[in-house]
Amino acid sequence: MSGFNKVVSSYQEAMAGLSDDMTVIAGGFGLCGIPEGLIAEIKRKQTKGLTIVSNNCGVDNFGLGLLLIDKQIKKMVSSYVGENALFEKQLLSGELEVELTPQGTLAEKMRAGGAGIPAFYTATGYGTPVGEGKEVREFNGRKYIMEEAIQGDFAIVKAWKADTFGNLVYRKTARNFNPLAATAGKITVVEVEEIVQPGELDPDAIHTPGIYVDRVIKGSFEKVIEQRTVRQA
Amino acid sequence: MALSREQLAMRVAQELQDGYYVNLGIGIPTLVANYVPEGIDVMLQSENGLLGMGPFPTEQEIDADLINAGKQTVTMATGAVLFDSAESFAMIRGGHVDLTVLGAFEVDVHGNIASYMIPGKLVKGMGGAMDLVAGADNIIVTMTHASKHGESKLLSNCTLPLTGQGCIKKVLTDLAFIEIKQGKFHLLERAPGVSVEEIIKLTAGELVVPEHVPEMNI
Repeated sequence: MSGFNKVVSSYQEAMAGLSDDMTVIAGGFGLCGIPEGLIAEIKRKQTKGLTIVSNNCGVDNFGLGLLLIDKQIKKMVSSYVGENALFEKQLLSGELEVELTPQGTLAEKMRAGGAGIPAFYTATGYGTPVGEGKEVREFNGRKYIMEEAIQGDFAIVKAWKADTFGNLVYRKTARNFNPLAATAGKITVVEVEEIVQPGELDPDAIHTPGIYVDRVIKGSFEKVIEQRTVRQA
Repeated sequence: MALSREQLAMRVAQELQDGYYVNLGIGIPTLVANYVPEGIDVMLQSENGLLGMGPFPTEQEIDADLINAGKQTVTMATGAVLFDSAESFAMIRGGHVDLTVLGAFEVDVHGNIASYMIPGKLVKGMGGAMDLVAGADNIIVTMTHASKHGESKLLSNCTLPLTGQGCIKKVLTDLAFIEIKQGKFHLLERAPGVSVEEIIKLTAGELVVPEHVPEMNI
């Protein structure tokens, strides 16, 4: 069964084949559930001209924000990019392009990209700047715009546990875009907290079947919290 | 007196019904969770993948893997469920959320809403707002009635780029509770101590005022 063993032991191996001007789909919501080590490896490799599809672009000096420091990102496809001064600077100077995409549309674009559906119709964004230039169709008296699916040359994903076959389980809201990203990469690389043997994960409780996954690496995670909000005990 | 942020949240909370699934936006809408009436159970949906959001954690309970759409650390209520972002927006876009509460810069008599972009200023993004307004039938917009300079935010036509077209039916401002139908604003209630004249003065779009306008019960 070694043909199904997806585990790699180095980050170089995990991101092998990534080259300039590729499209990378990344899981994560803010800094929650991001593949920290895979992002660090993209920074180390100094791959340039990247199009990154991710709900957000990290913060200054953490998450995908790290890739802004050496101007590795050409274009971001995101729903919200508000927490990053360097992002703002590069956007205003024209070094960085952003395609703002409604959050649900972004998720569905990834899902469709992974599921072999080239486009879909949604009411989201009709009559707004998002809908400009897009095909409009009416169904049952309501107007919808056509949105196209997204696929990545790579997808980088963070999961909680994987077995060596690449079957994945996520934890709490660190799931977010990760299962969708996992389906939409030509090469899907997953960074996890723990790798177990096949059979150890409950087949009924696996979130992402290993068929979508090409490489798995065990990482260690800093898990930075953006908004630390507490109540008194 | 114009309503405070807390009072806006209290008034919205009166619209909650037992068994409602509710999505609360960032800012004033988030405060609504603090005023759920006694005897009523609602379940809060957070669009990053949580249905059944609980209060903020204690210092001991903090979990970096459990946040809300505002990226704040939260907890899960009993019976909570976790899911991915596509599933989350299937709930939202598919019209399964009973009430959505969100903020705005402007609304107009056609039910249009502008809430994510001021040209010339940096655009940070719409997040899930466009999906929320397109998918929900029951939406309450909370905002101040006018800008600090006294410019009305309830217009004949929105001037800013839209978040959604023809999707808003109810607006709660610091001065009034307003319904939008048949291309007009309709004054339902006024904030305690606020006169109808003041509301008329600060409403740019056509406003229908009934003979008797009750005060809100806050």
